[in-house]
Amino acid sequence: MSEELLVTARDNALIDPSLHIWTWEVAMYLFLGGMTAGIMIFAALMTVRNKDQVAPFATTQLALLAPIVLSLGMTALFLDLEHKLFVYRFYTSFQITSPMSWGAWILIVVYPISILQILSTVRSGYASLASFVDRLTIGRWIIDWCERYRTEIAFTVIPFAVALGIYTGILLSAFGARPFWNSGVLGLLFLVSGMSTAAALVVLIARQKSEKELFTRLDLVLILAEIALVVLSLISLASGSGQHIDALQSVMGGPYTLAFWVLFVGIGLLIPMLLEILEISGINKSLAMLAPVLVLIGGYALRQVVMDAGQESTWTSYSTQYSSELLQRLPKSD
Amino acid sequence: MTRYAMVIDTKTCIGCGDCVIACKTENMVPEGLNRDWVVEATNGTYPNLTTEFRSERCNHCSNATCVTLCPTGASHHWNDSNIVLVDAEKCTGCKACIAACPYDARLVMHPEGYIDKCTFCHHRVEKGQNPACVSSCPTRCMHFGSVDDPHSKVNHLLKTREHKVLIPETGNDPNVYYLI
Repeated sequence: MSEELLVTARDNALIDPSLHIWTWEVAMYLFLGGMTAGIMIFAALMTVRNKDQVAPFATTQLALLAPIVLSLGMTALFLDLEHKLFVYRFYTSFQITSPMSWGAWILIVVYPISILQILSTVRSGYASLASFVDRLTIGRWIIDWCERYRTEIAFTVIPFAVALGIYTGILLSAFGARPFWNSGVLGLLFLVSGMSTAAALVVLIARQKSEKELFTRLDLVLILAEIALVVLSLISLASGSGQHIDALQSVMGGPYTLAFWVLFVGIGLLIPMLLEILEISGINKSLAMLAPVLVLIGGYALRQVVMDAGQESTWTSYSTQYSSELLQRLPKSD
Repeated sequence: MTRYAMVIDTKTCIGCGDCVIACKTENMVPEGLNRDWVVEATNGTYPNLTTEFRSERCNHCSNATCVTLCPTGASHHWNDSNIVLVDAEKCTGCKACIAACPYDARLVMHPEGYIDKCTFCHHRVEKGQNPACVSSCPTRCMHFGSVDDPHSKVNHLLKTREHKVLIPETGNDPNVYYLI
């Protein structure tokens, strides 16, 4: 046997009995940030491919959601910070080895690019909003400029949106100390999942039949890719070192097994995949609106499970003899 | 890089926990939190059991992942040494460094919201003194000094005694050694 007991009182918040530093705020950001990336990528792709007729919502209106969704996500992220007044410190340095530092700067760059993307289609997408901006000479001039370089803006959007979608996964995978996250596939998995949730959002909001069909097909491709990436990341953990194999147990019989297999894989991937196949093949369209809702639930479940299982995975294995509950039993003396 | 090391003799440590109390007193560590702790490790099968006491803390790694992953530079190596400190004025409380430590040793979230941790008592090291835990050890099982100085006690101990570091395969290059 090998037993490691903590014999002095250690009950440090966030660490004991197991690491639990991040809660729903970070999972929510990972979800909304990924969705923003997907929104911007699809809006850009539809512009580049001139899909105004087939997919009018995605081409001219979708982009407006990007800064809104991203701001919600960043608000959640801000709520997670423990030293909130010092949030500006993200922007007084750039740490090349820290993916979180890259992320902070990516977020800052994405906003103005997103605004340009919105302005490049605002006249056809949101006529009343455009007329408001058009009242100012400079506003009119800026929109004219964005419309003229619509395709160029769309091409610029794509790499930054991909960076936004992929960096969160790279950020987690860079934690060598957390074996569950420590897989190179995680970045791609988050990117594909983010695009899938954005496609689901389009299916839910778009009114035109051709657009719903196009995005259902796109989503099916993304779900299939996501399944492949999930399998790859499981293989990567299962064939890793002892820490990775231990970490994998948390979703293979451990505490996150149900959430991972039922919520994420079952409800979030397999059922919507079947529903979308039925819909595309024309066999059954009655449940068509259910698939995108499940995809959104699955997208969030993925972030929450990966975050929770990951932060608990560890290299150390202490048992503690100390329990803070014992202190509560002491007679109070003031 | 000046490399400061702590060398702890598990043969003479009795697990009394004075190092923990000394640290809390010296550094005014907030109530309920600890920057160091004692582990009692038991190995083997009855009746052939061995027990080892280890006073543990931040390993002040030469290749510290908490420093490389900190997004603001708050987590840094002090004065071109291996001593890892956190600048509270730069810390956003994002907690990335807690997740980045394979030893789960970056663990004190100060009630004010920034990360607090073992400093190897750099304020004492500056004056040529030992860290508080080392100074207060009643069995004199803890030693501190520059590991690359051929005349230092820690250098001598590591040359002459069998020793180990915790989980060297993390690649973090830890600087707390245990004599075994």
